[in-house]
Amino acid sequence: MFSYCVDPKAIEGLMWLSCYVTTAKHMSFYFSFLVVMGLLSLAAPLAMAFGFAGATASRSTYRIIRSLGKGYLAMIRGIPDIVFFLFIPIALDQAFEYLRHKVLCSDVTEPIRQGNDFVVCTAAKLPLNTAGEWVHDIYGFSLALLAFGFVFGAFAGNVLSGAMAAVPKSQIETGEAYGFSQSQIFRRILIPQMWIYALPGLSNLWMILIKATPLLFLLGIEDIVYWAKELGGIKTGVYEYPHPDWRAWYFGVLMIFYLSLTYFSQSVLDKISARLSQGQATMAGKAS
Amino acid sequence: MQSCFQTLSDYGLRSIGYGERLLPKADITLCEQFVLIGSGMIWNIYFAVLALLLGFFFATVLALGKNSNLPLFSAPCRLFIFIFRGSPLFIQFFFAYDLFVLLPRLGFDIDLGFLVVTVETRWLTKAWLGALIVLFFNTSAYAGEIFYGALRAVPSQDLESADAFGFTGIKKFRRIIWPTMLRLAWPSYTNEAIFMFHATTLVFFTGFPAWQQKGDAIYYASYFADKTFNPFVPYPIVGFYFILLTLLIIGLFGLMNRRLNKHLPTNERKRLRFNKYNLIR
Repeated sequence: MFSYCVDPKAIEGLMWLSCYVTTAKHMSFYFSFLVVMGLLSLAAPLAMAFGFAGATASRSTYRIIRSLGKGYLAMIRGIPDIVFFLFIPIALDQAFEYLRHKVLCSDVTEPIRQGNDFVVCTAAKLPLNTAGEWVHDIYGFSLALLAFGFVFGAFAGNVLSGAMAAVPKSQIETGEAYGFSQSQIFRRILIPQMWIYALPGLSNLWMILIKATPLLFLLGIEDIVYWAKELGGIKTGVYEYPHPDWRAWYFGVLMIFYLSLTYFSQSVLDKISARLSQGQATMAGKAS
Repeated sequence: MQSCFQTLSDYGLRSIGYGERLLPKADITLCEQFVLIGSGMIWNIYFAVLALLLGFFFATVLALGKNSNLPLFSAPCRLFIFIFRGSPLFIQFFFAYDLFVLLPRLGFDIDLGFLVVTVETRWLTKAWLGALIVLFFNTSAYAGEIFYGALRAVPSQDLESADAFGFTGIKKFRRIIWPTMLRLAWPSYTNEAIFMFHATTLVFFTGFPAWQQKGDAIYYASYFADKTFNPFVPYPIVGFYFILLTLLIIGLFGLMNRRLNKHLPTNERKRLRFNKYNLIR
């Protein structure tokens, strides 16, 4: 980075440190913070979409759709989310490859599961063997994103269905009395009124989403945890910048990063909640 | 069926070091997956039960501290709760492990009267103690915040009646404030307990090594998923065990909830129900 960094062994003190924290690997480390932010900004709307679908399905008049929706919302209550984070990416990967195998290589008659192997033809591999490194990265990240969307969708679905149930019955009945159709009631009465009830749950959800982002590491993505382990480990004299075990420092930095992120989010969410409570017939609304 | 009993005796206690030393490698049967993952559940239950038991008392202290008028008490409690609730448990595990590794390896003799136990700092780098401490602090912080909220919600009439009857100090807390605080906090605390059980699955994915492949349920599940390349069997098995465990927790906490609400008229009692949970931490 700097011109004096050519021979790091010759410099020390702050100069050494300034060279150390600007190495190419450290740049990847800083970039991975952006990956976390990217995941947050993509996973949140995706989870909302999943959650909305789940909550709507659990109120459906068709029994099959309703039980599917209820099952989706209930499963997250009993099963740890890590199980889903480990299960969904690999299951999706195999499902995609299975489908592609069936479509692209219909002439292959050998079974796909041979003992402990999962064999698909070369053309069905995802991503293709010929694909570049970045395609693999994007593919891995998308699978992780889907897993996040699915798990947090179930959480969001619980919040939203609770909020839908909290909208006073008389509001719905008034809609019916005015001759609204079911979908009109849903769109014009239920949805606009539900947000204020959903807000506390959704802000809570945002906080757990933030705190779930380091789980990207489990999905084999080079995220901040990966780089903190990688950079913090003992570096012997053969390395350009030898240092003892600094992992505790790196994870300390991650702790501070997450603490400031949650602290900042909390203060913003408190403001939004105060804003939305204004004029509402609730205790918070009356107080102001 | 006979061979499944054999598997049970070989691997039933594998996670705590009894039975067959080598894990199944080839021709993995459904029975082996069920038994070994079930054996791993011993660790999940060990971590969660101990962390919750110890955390319950520490959480009460934290809640009282946070509620104190003296900044000397309230500031450290606030900070503790903020640190453990504001950062991911996953990072806390890594951070704690890497700190514990840096500690000098020492041994302290503790005289229990009838025998002398040597407490060694290197135990902290083992999951059974190190991870337990992290989980204990974590659940204390979350439960502390729940108890603090409940403490603030204790009706002022209750306190006034306590004063009128001449209750003071410890007795007032023990007989009036504490039971009401627990009653109000109980549904959220049940929630926290369920989350604690779920959180134990993180332990062996962080720095803490699974020594001699003694791991928890999800450690074995991911082992099987790696070996068979088939995630559709081991992960649903873990899910099955955890659903059973969750129902058990709700049942047990429901009994306690009934006891806490016993004095109330029936229409004011809150019931714990599986589908009424807002399972969010």
